Amino acid sequence: MIGFSGAAMRLGARRVLPLVAGLAPFGLVVGLLAQGAGLSLTEAGLMSGLCYAGSAQLLALGHWAVPAPILAATLAALIVNLRLVLMGPVLAPWLDRVKGWRLMASLFMMADQNWALSVEAMRRGEGDAGFLFGSGLLTWFVWVGTTLAGHLLGGVIAPAPNHPIFFAALAVFIALLVPMWRGRMDGLPRVVAAIASIVTSVVLPGTWYVVVGALAGSLAGLLQERLRPPAPPAALVVE
Amino acid sequence: MNGSTLLAIAGMSLATFACRYGGYWLFSHIRPTPALRTVLGYIPGALFVSYVAPALFAGGPMQWIGGAATVVLMLVVRDLSLAVLGGTAIAWVWWSYV
Repeated sequence: MIGFSGAAMRLGARRVLPLVAGLAPFGLVVGLLAQGAGLSLTEAGLMSGLCYAGSAQLLALGHWAVPAPILAATLAALIVNLRLVLMGPVLAPWLDRVKGWRLMASLFMMADQNWALSVEAMRRGEGDAGFLFGSGLLTWFVWVGTTLAGHLLGGVIAPAPNHPIFFAALAVFIALLVPMWRGRMDGLPRVVAAIASIVTSVVLPGTWYVVVGALAGSLAGLLQERLRPPAPPAALVVE
Repeated sequence: MNGSTLLAIAGMSLATFACRYGGYWLFSHIRPTPALRTVLGYIPGALFVSYVAPALFAGGPMQWIGGAATVVLMLVVRDLSLAVLGGTAIAWVWWSYV
């Protein structure tokens, strides 16, 4: 299948393997939280399998109640995942070449880690939408599996919130920033994104800071190119 | 199985998929201008900075030392798993002994 190759799926799965190891503690934490919030094993598995969005699940489970807060959980998922609205179009050069269930499945599997690897691969001219799907599928299995394991473990392991195991998630995002550096042109937008996200995180509740910072930083990038066109022309979304 | 729990899971799942699919759908139905393409090119870096910066700002020496170690390892070895494991290990050592 052109644009959705098995080779790209396998490449994606191989690349994401070290990252899913870092994801495992968070799947366990989501499972532990779900168990503590009173969700059954099936319900915890359903949430991780269908929603498949760690930060939204952590947020929702942190504010769970009986009966379940249907509207609040839905709205929280919407706000936390607004960043996915911005992430999908970046992979358009890949996604434009697939249709139907392959497109749906590729986008369903889009999560932060495998999206970042996909952007990197796409910019290097490797793979196709199969990379996004394959890397996401492996991530999905580990996510659901570790959620179930966390639920089963129940209260047996309960690392404190400041335990360094939780630093692994942050380290993944910090490390991903290094290969994403395209050159000096990325300096100012990243500084703007950092300041905007920190200020927003102090001023606004929830996770608005991710969306605000991403928009502020990328608009700063546009402004910088408008005011002082760099030479050679900046590499944009690479085809 | 609980009715309100299942509805909440369904709501969360639909909202999340709407975000995953909606952004791509929207941008494929409007012709992206050069300006829009420029903005999209800057989004990955800006997005991950926006994850990391508030966490480092709110964190303490463990996050700062672990973060610095992760960047240095990434620059030197260019391997994501080694950088993440090494950075986390150094944060853990700091947390245990300092």
